[in-house]
Amino acid sequence: MPDQIFEGIKVADFTWVGVGPITIKNLADHGATVVHIESHTHLDTLRMTPPFKDGIAGVDRSAFMADYNTNKYGVSLDINIPKGLEIARDLILWSDVVAESFSPRAMGKWGLDYESIRKVKPDIIYYSASQQGHGGPHSGFIGFGMMMASLSGYAHLTGWPDRDPAPPYGAYTDFISPFFGAAALVAALDHKRKTGVGQHLDLSQLECGLQLIAPVQMDYVLNGHEMKRDGNRDPRAAPHNAYPCRGEDSWCAIAVFTDEEWTSLCMVMDKPDWVRDPRFETLEARKTNEDELDRLIGEWTQGRGAQEVMEALQTMGVPAGVVLNAEGQFDDAQVKYRGFFKYLEHEVIGRHAYDGFSFELSRTPGSLTAAPTLGQHNEYVYKEILGMTDDEIGDLIAEGVITVEA
Amino acid sequence: MNLLPPLRVLDITRENGFLCGKILADLGCDVLKIEEPGGDPGRLQGPFYRSDPDPDKSLYWWAFNANKRGITLNIESSEGRGLFLRLAEKADFVIESFTPGYMDDLGLGYRELGKLNPSLVMTSITPFGQSGPYARYKATDLIGMAMGGIMYISGDDDRPPVRISYPQAWSHAALQAAVGTMNAYYYRETSGKGQHVDASMQLSVIWTQMNATITWDLSRMNTLRGGAVKTFSMVRDGEELEVPVRYTWKCKDGYVNFVIVGSGPGVRVNQTLVEWMNSEGMGLEIKDFDWSGLGFVPTAPETREMLERNISEFFESHTVEELYEGAVARRIWIAPIGTPAYQMVNPQLEARGFWHEVFDPQIGETVVYPGWPIKQSESPVGPPSRAPHVGEHNQEVYCGELGLEPEELARLEESEVI
Repeated sequence: MPDQIFEGIKVADFTWVGVGPITIKNLADHGATVVHIESHTHLDTLRMTPPFKDGIAGVDRSAFMADYNTNKYGVSLDINIPKGLEIARDLILWSDVVAESFSPRAMGKWGLDYESIRKVKPDIIYYSASQQGHGGPHSGFIGFGMMMASLSGYAHLTGWPDRDPAPPYGAYTDFISPFFGAAALVAALDHKRKTGVGQHLDLSQLECGLQLIAPVQMDYVLNGHEMKRDGNRDPRAAPHNAYPCRGEDSWCAIAVFTDEEWTSLCMVMDKPDWVRDPRFETLEARKTNEDELDRLIGEWTQGRGAQEVMEALQTMGVPAGVVLNAEGQFDDAQVKYRGFFKYLEHEVIGRHAYDGFSFELSRTPGSLTAAPTLGQHNEYVYKEILGMTDDEIGDLIAEGVITVEA
Repeated sequence: MNLLPPLRVLDITRENGFLCGKILADLGCDVLKIEEPGGDPGRLQGPFYRSDPDPDKSLYWWAFNANKRGITLNIESSEGRGLFLRLAEKADFVIESFTPGYMDDLGLGYRELGKLNPSLVMTSITPFGQSGPYARYKATDLIGMAMGGIMYISGDDDRPPVRISYPQAWSHAALQAAVGTMNAYYYRETSGKGQHVDASMQLSVIWTQMNATITWDLSRMNTLRGGAVKTFSMVRDGEELEVPVRYTWKCKDGYVNFVIVGSGPGVRVNQTLVEWMNSEGMGLEIKDFDWSGLGFVPTAPETREMLERNISEFFESHTVEELYEGAVARRIWIAPIGTPAYQMVNPQLEARGFWHEVFDPQIGETVVYPGWPIKQSESPVGPPSRAPHVGEHNQEVYCGELGLEPEELARLEESEVI
């Protein structure tokens, strides 16, 4: 019986930036042998994106890069050189899964696209993650998750109705897409195991983004209603907002959906009169007077700690939660209890934190080892997997096929 | 042929877990959505068809329970528990999202179900996981977005932090739980052994913050929120910087997203944009700007101001469509701020056949569903079937599969077990 879920599965990982690497990380973190193919001549954007060790940029100094590439073997290879391309082909022939996240034309340019590869390896599982998928007039659009978060609708749906659209922080769809990809990829591995049939998985990040707001689209099509950003308001709840607490930029979120929760909130605030106050007695009344309600609750929270407010309300069954900043997440009792952040020893960065598992598997929990530096496992991969000799490797380095510096 | 065989999934999630079973259904599983008699509380989540808050008209229900069949069952009654155990004995998956301990107290937790059916994969989707100090805390979407950190760094800096205006946190939990579920399934197929998947909404949302968590760990800086203009917290040459980065730009008839990035392909993108601007006699001030020395994002305020001023002027003289089509042709990253109306005429989605139009005879109208976001060459995912009405497949499942007599079913319905 295998110890780890994907033991024996081999992946030639040509992905870069967010979506592709995070998808393949799921296989790597659960036992697959993943060779991540990069080069110094065409650096992964994340290698030059902070945070850096000591704040100094460098190809092996970005924790952003490291976070998404745990458990992978790292090789450096210039596939724009014919000999490099040949080696890339050898790695593909060795693999069960090829993964790439370039814009749709790139792999074809090298003759490494699905149609070319399936001719020599008909059962290959070939995973492509691009901005808008293969085919269609905007297939060639290049960009990052920031653009897809805006295009798919999250900028329109985030922020304040009286202000410009304000997408959530970061590259939001980069943290939706990989999970659709990972679920389908595992299913494709199972399918191949049982039927011998491989295939091309062509993921569109735009289409992944639209999944989580499907009802918003249906509301438009069926009702002609175009939902728009509305701060923290929710048609089914009031109060429903982040309220200022003691300290700088400190907030507690409170969400009251039922009259019972409203009564409990009034008791905790020691305002029993508000329970039956006509301004707030029903949800309808609370929605009508929501600005005033927000102001009054803010007055109560202001002098109190966010943690104290959360605990007092949760004890009475009122949904409440500290609006955690990054530091707060590291200090959060529940996050700590789950052991979410994993401290791993990286060759250059040293010991630092990685985002861990959001789900725990009772029998095969998986494990994390630090991400590779660029080319860290050249020797292992080129010798043990591809059977090259030291001399051959030396020549390839001299010819710039195996890259060693940017 | 679907990616997965018609594996039996018992989906007894409430509104915080629908998407997990939906994904399994789209991949080919036979998903039975189990509701409490009278209907699942998730049916109260809007928006609603014709804006009518009827439990059978929730578009949230329609969207995330399409492709499933539906039965009702009161698992708190002893007969109901018995029926659930009979179904679970032969099921491949159970997905649930009750407060930790609830299923255990009913004798339906993984401890019991795993004994009854050792190859079962059971997935629990909860706000904070099965145990720990906050395991029994109550959470909603807002609380998930708050405690998962994305809220603190979203919204305008002079106002409170904001969530995304349509609920997301549960979907993140259910989506990541689907990955855990598939992982556990793959292991079962190679080892014969099932297991329990314990998914946390808080931790799933933490995953959406890009580099914010690791920036705290490595640089001891909290990422701050910004609206149309974000703040990137970073250390450069030993100096702590909070750099404003514009995401949303006004143009003639709306907004576009563009980010000035100096690393990776950013240099070529910026040069190409400036050439485009220059060709129309604009942006001449930055004609010879040296992008190669910019770094990840422009940090010097005067540089940033100069770049933004020139680019803004160009964007404001063009429509969204002119900018987007020009960007596609030039391979640079200017994207529209998509709206629900835009998506329905978005030529890319049209060309990919993304939308499925499914006629619903009961309302006499065609309903449009988003398609599966991955084109699978040998296992394409087709149009979904409509989400079930309350108890729609009771007879099919209880009589057809479990062999209950119709009178027995009627009696169980009468006594509100079903």
